[in-house]
Amino acid sequence: MRSTRRSPGRAAATFLFLRPRLALGLLLAPPLAWLGAVYLGSLASLVVQSFFHLDGFTGQVIRKFTFATWRDLMTPANFDIALRTATMAAAVTVAAALLAFPLAYYMARYASPAVKAVLMVGVLLPLWSSYLVRVYSWKLILAKEGVFAWFVGQAGLTWLLERVLALPVIGGPSLSVSSLGTFLAFLYVWLPYMILPIEAALQRVPRSLVEASADLGARPAQTFRRVTLPLALPGVIAGSIFTFSLTLGDFVVPSVLGNSSLFIGQAVLAHQGTAGNIPLAAAFTVIPMAIMGAYLLFARRLGAFDAL
Amino acid sequence: MRFEPAASQGRERAPAALKLAVAGVLLFLHLPFAIIVLYAFTTDDASYRFPPPGLTLDWLQVAWNRPDVWQALGLSLRVAAAATAAALVLGTLAAAAVHKSRFFGREALSFLLILPIALPGIVTGIALRSAMSLASIPFSFWTVVVGHATFCVVVVYNNVLARLRRTPASLAEASMDLGATPQQTFRRILLPHLATALVAGGMLAFALSFDEIIVTTFTAGQQQTLPIWIYAQLSKPRQRPVTNVVAVFVVLTTAVPILLAHLLTRDKGGGIAGER
Repeated sequence: MRSTRRSPGRAAATFLFLRPRLALGLLLAPPLAWLGAVYLGSLASLVVQSFFHLDGFTGQVIRKFTFATWRDLMTPANFDIALRTATMAAAVTVAAALLAFPLAYYMARYASPAVKAVLMVGVLLPLWSSYLVRVYSWKLILAKEGVFAWFVGQAGLTWLLERVLALPVIGGPSLSVSSLGTFLAFLYVWLPYMILPIEAALQRVPRSLVEASADLGARPAQTFRRVTLPLALPGVIAGSIFTFSLTLGDFVVPSVLGNSSLFIGQAVLAHQGTAGNIPLAAAFTVIPMAIMGAYLLFARRLGAFDAL
Repeated sequence: MRFEPAASQGRERAPAALKLAVAGVLLFLHLPFAIIVLYAFTTDDASYRFPPPGLTLDWLQVAWNRPDVWQALGLSLRVAAAATAAALVLGTLAAAAVHKSRFFGREALSFLLILPIALPGIVTGIALRSAMSLASIPFSFWTVVVGHATFCVVVVYNNVLARLRRTPASLAEASMDLGATPQQTFRRILLPHLATALVAGGMLAFALSFDEIIVTTFTAGQQQTLPIWIYAQLSKPRQRPVTNVVAVFVVLTTAVPILLAHLLTRDKGGGIAGER
């Protein structure tokens, strides 16, 4: 009888089949140990570090509980950095949602399966391909002698570009060293992260609802505003988690394309690097963590996690 | 559950303005790649002049003969391979556990897996850096790998979980009922079903690691992965096209696994009955 054949493998499988809790524990142990020890442990150490203090004379970190580092953090200059970063993140998120929506809408509503497959690759390729190279490409494009300025010159609009660059906060000597340039590069690198969740949300809007709305006498614009848009909102929120969070924690874009005003990421990098002030860098990082924590809770209430 | 039109009585036509917007966004997403490629061949090595004064293939050779490029590439490949291996094991185990049973904290586990990519990159970076400093762990190859594996797990997890949800449990049960040993069931039933999901997840994890710079900056010390090499070059004024050549190479190396991963995991036939 084959079915009564005993093998060590089968015995073990039977053993585990009868003890699902143990089987589950064995499956869970390695990933939990990794994320628990490495990731959560590191996050905990981050919080702990922020209560240590750097001795200004010896350059050594004093491992004693103190609020001194948090006091160092509360300066107007650091507040400016946090505000600047959060404002940029918000601006990038809004712009990304505006640009992403038409493409996502077209993909979900109008594109034939073949066209949709091509568009999908068209969005996925930039999403996954080298982020650094994509940031760098904007340095080439926005440089004073670069592509964009050339096209503007050909169109006879150099005066307009100069007037925009002369604006106080967003301008600068050239687009590649201005807040406007930073904004464009951020928008470019994070845009695919906004397109995909919106597309997924729109895809799930039942066509029958749209038809019902039309049958009941709504104009297309009304249907769009009252039916499609509310149902797509969780997708927009899901996408905004990515665009917002990625912008908050980036130091590459502002240092490649920005002017001298710092973003949170650059400040953290500078404090932990040459200064060796890991406590202050850690305390600084708690700001984006707190912002994102609040944002995630808010997004959860709006049902964004179903759209991820 | 998706609602398809009962009979495909021809799709609606998109408004022209919408089509225009779509074309604009697509151009915005893809033109910069063309610019990078163009600048890998420019004869101007000190500025970003457009249009380029001339075109040359010399930079390919110059880049080829730079030992620092090869060193950075080697490190990046080894890190990506090790991080992908770790992510494959951990991500698959987590996906199997979450798929298999409903347990206390199941939602929390998914959340925990997403956290490393949902939280800003510097958070993961500085957290690892501060843990290393507390535990007095020096920078090494493995500190880079640990950082990368942490945010790569979720990619494998997502791919494998999606596949498990489309694989009926009855298949494995039938195999066992028909007398196959667990090893046979694993090799003949489970693995073939998961294979493409594993390959796709692995390739995406590889691409993610190969390209990462934010976390790496905090965990690498003096070591240079390819992205860190490129980043360091951006502040140097000479031989800029060499950086462009390497940039084009990086784009091509990551594009291939991404395309393959996409082909391997997309729904075949666009949702034939029984697929979902």
